[in-house]
Amino acid sequence: MKIIIVGCGRVGYTLIEQLSKEGHDLTVIDRDEEKLARVSSSMDVFCINGNGTSHETQAEAGIKEADLLISVTDSDEINMLCCLIAKKVGNCQTIARVRKPEYDVEVSFLKEELGLSMAINPEMTAAAEMSRLIQYPSALEVETFVKGRVTLIKVAITDGSPLDGLVLKDIGKIASKRTLVCIVQRGNEVIIPDGNFTLMAGDAVSLILPVEESSSFFKKMKIKSSPIKSVMIAGGGTTSYYLARQLQKTGVDVKIIEEDRKRCEELSELLPQAMIVHGSCIDKSLLLSEGITQTDALAALTDLDEENIMLTLYAKRAANCKTMTKVDKINFKEVMDDLEMDTVVSVKAITAAYIIRYVRAMQNSYGSKVQTLHRICDERVEALEFRVRDNAKVVGKTLFELQLKKNLLVCCISRKGKIITPSGQDMLMPGDGVIVVTTNIGLDDIDDILE
Amino acid sequence: MNYKIIAYILGKVMMFVSIFLLLPCIVALVYKESVGFYFLVTAAISLALGMLLSVKKPKDRSFYAREGFVVVALSWISLSILGAVPLYVSGEVPNIIDAIFEMVSGFTTTGATIINDLDAVSKSILFWRSFSHWIGGMGVIVFIMAILPMAGANNMHLLRAESSGSNVGKLVPKMKETAKILYLIYISLTILMIIALSISGMPLFEDICISIATAGTGGFGLAGDSIASYTPVQQWIITIFMFIFGVNFSFYYLIIFRKFSQAFKLEEVRWYVITYLAVVVLITINIYNLMGNTADALRHSAFQVASLMSTTGFTTVNYEIWPEFSKGLLLLVMFTGSCAGSTAGGIKISRLVIVAKGIRKEIKKLIHPQHIKITKLDGKALSDESIKSVTIYFIIYIALFVGSFIIVTFNGYDFETNFTAVSSTINNVGPALGAAGPTESFAAFSPLSKIVFIFNMLVGRLEIYPMLLLLMPSTWKNK
Repeated sequence: MKIIIVGCGRVGYTLIEQLSKEGHDLTVIDRDEEKLARVSSSMDVFCINGNGTSHETQAEAGIKEADLLISVTDSDEINMLCCLIAKKVGNCQTIARVRKPEYDVEVSFLKEELGLSMAINPEMTAAAEMSRLIQYPSALEVETFVKGRVTLIKVAITDGSPLDGLVLKDIGKIASKRTLVCIVQRGNEVIIPDGNFTLMAGDAVSLILPVEESSSFFKKMKIKSSPIKSVMIAGGGTTSYYLARQLQKTGVDVKIIEEDRKRCEELSELLPQAMIVHGSCIDKSLLLSEGITQTDALAALTDLDEENIMLTLYAKRAANCKTMTKVDKINFKEVMDDLEMDTVVSVKAITAAYIIRYVRAMQNSYGSKVQTLHRICDERVEALEFRVRDNAKVVGKTLFELQLKKNLLVCCISRKGKIITPSGQDMLMPGDGVIVVTTNIGLDDIDDILE
Repeated sequence: MNYKIIAYILGKVMMFVSIFLLLPCIVALVYKESVGFYFLVTAAISLALGMLLSVKKPKDRSFYAREGFVVVALSWISLSILGAVPLYVSGEVPNIIDAIFEMVSGFTTTGATIINDLDAVSKSILFWRSFSHWIGGMGVIVFIMAILPMAGANNMHLLRAESSGSNVGKLVPKMKETAKILYLIYISLTILMIIALSISGMPLFEDICISIATAGTGGFGLAGDSIASYTPVQQWIITIFMFIFGVNFSFYYLIIFRKFSQAFKLEEVRWYVITYLAVVVLITINIYNLMGNTADALRHSAFQVASLMSTTGFTTVNYEIWPEFSKGLLLLVMFTGSCAGSTAGGIKISRLVIVAKGIRKEIKKLIHPQHIKITKLDGKALSDESIKSVTIYFIIYIALFVGSFIIVTFNGYDFETNFTAVSSTINNVGPALGAAGPTESFAAFSPLSKIVFIFNMLVGRLEIYPMLLLLMPSTWKNK
């Protein structure tokens, strides 16, 4: 597909990186020549130095032939204007990043009026992900499929857990038969296991199971899952605001620590029920006096990755609470895996993943579209949900008979409202929703699961 | 330095060379020449070497600018050496350095020859020489890139290292597509020329050889007097196509896709046309008395200027006997060369335009120290960084020129011969003045000078840096 990306900041760069890997024709518009030089020296894209809202620049970028324009500059207004012009001049779909809380309530109105295909608010999306994690305190990652009826939960196996030493085909003995282990992360390795695989303490496993069985699963696994009642948020940025707002709705106590006095006042006006503390997030005595040792969860969301990581490590040591850490710039994933951090959240990665999901769905016009796409385990694994079309090649054979790709697992079938955990004897039928987990990044059709 | 991936890509290049080597075999079959056998053997050797080098796909795919430069430089060297094998083993060029000189001259689209008697050369080798211009003109790596699926982003380092011009622009987002479009334009223009010449009544073999040599702006002739014995109409056709192949190919792309406003914004093309017309008019006036009539004066002037400016190197007349002013102008256009992004050599008009703009900016700054003005090229801001890099390119160019000149002076020729021979090779032109003039060859130079010329030709075609990096010890260090 021909895609134009306006703005190559952090989200833009991540998007370019991933979309060019998927083989799209990318044209990047930015006003900063240095940023463009960095992009064009490392990726196969076309760069135009100019103003994305100018009609001339867009024409030069080939807006008439483009399928999609994604505007992710710093400014919401520029993004919306870009998309508006693109819509008028060309015949493409448009995605704008609209992040200001002011526009939050107007988003559907704006979408309608500007003809946007998608308006993405990165901070709100990230906040939504985090608040979901807080609902499953023992999980490292939580993703949902089939309109929230199936969940994919990532948990760490500790010493003495019933999962320690378990051979996967015996999982039915200790948990519900509808639980399926689909990914195992061992050290730096990501494995899609088969039935003979043995789990060990130290592994992080991702399981797929119907949502109603998740709490009983935690009970059986003897993982304590006392609900989170209080959350401390370090940093008072936009993400913090959205997170606090969402958590308050579910009755969780929120405490925000923010350095800037003016911002504190703003926050206190926006979030009357939250406790806003003015002070430095790395002031140990402040943290202690504000009760970091008693909090159920900590979300480190300051602008500095380093500060977030340090704070998380300290909180783990001082309180052993659940932690969520925002890391956006640092990408030493290998090192971060070794640190004692529960969940690492990257706003730009979440944004990019949402947009890519949209692009994949757009790309496929047959109808076995990607319905949901989650990138898990540091984006090394993709979990996708497909709808099977009538003439798909996968129809009519049992899973055992199909020549499936390596490192690929069909984890779940939803058929006429029923959730099926498939075995080798199950068949895919037209109209089924199918969840596939794989390390083969970039599938966009259900038939791609075949070798 | 990732040696494994360099070997892998080199292997792929060699496999392609073996395919190229099959083409003269076809010519040999048609004309029943035994030399075809040597081409076949070389093709086999090349294929075997290529398969040996690329049998294992390297796991480590890291590939950066350094690897790109090295791959390109080594590909061109191995291309020339493999291409020289049939010439040497067939005995038609009995000296190995001469054979390599000839093929480097071919692939770098120089067209300087060491063969004194072209009538004695077999048709297959004549074709191979001309074909080497064609493949060298647009670049063998670009060719491979257009055909083979190669690892995405890394291609850029290769294309950058091989393309001519200060700033390589892509035409479309994908490198592979860009390479394809370039070759499509290239092939179409070549076919157009073949048709035009065949309508004018040129025999097919000569038609094809001259067309592909013109397309690559090479200039290997098929006869000792180059193009002199062809009809005026044919000479005009060749003039027009030499001029056409000196234009930036993105100009044609923009025209084809009806982006006229962008196409006419290209300052380089504008300056190319202006310079060409001005020099042609001046020389026509200057040689009018010598030729006797306007038609001949204009034709010879237009042909010679197009030939030397596009660095092709065909001649229709012995311009040795022209007035000094005309010779001076011809030497000048040898240096300017044509547009970046064309198949021509030389310094390139775009660099001269950038340097001129830089000079103007500096002088203005002397008068108004606080003056701030953004220099623009093609309607876009030109960064100080790019002015600086072009200036540095200039300085290296002059340094290499002077160094080569000093070594060549050992031959004992006069100043004119030495100076123009170096400029002819480093600018990929072909004929020089004096003892290496249009009616002579490079055969009489010493082997050392020939090696210097070989280096110069590669430097000229690959725009200095790849060859220079090859000589830097730090390129080869692993840390």
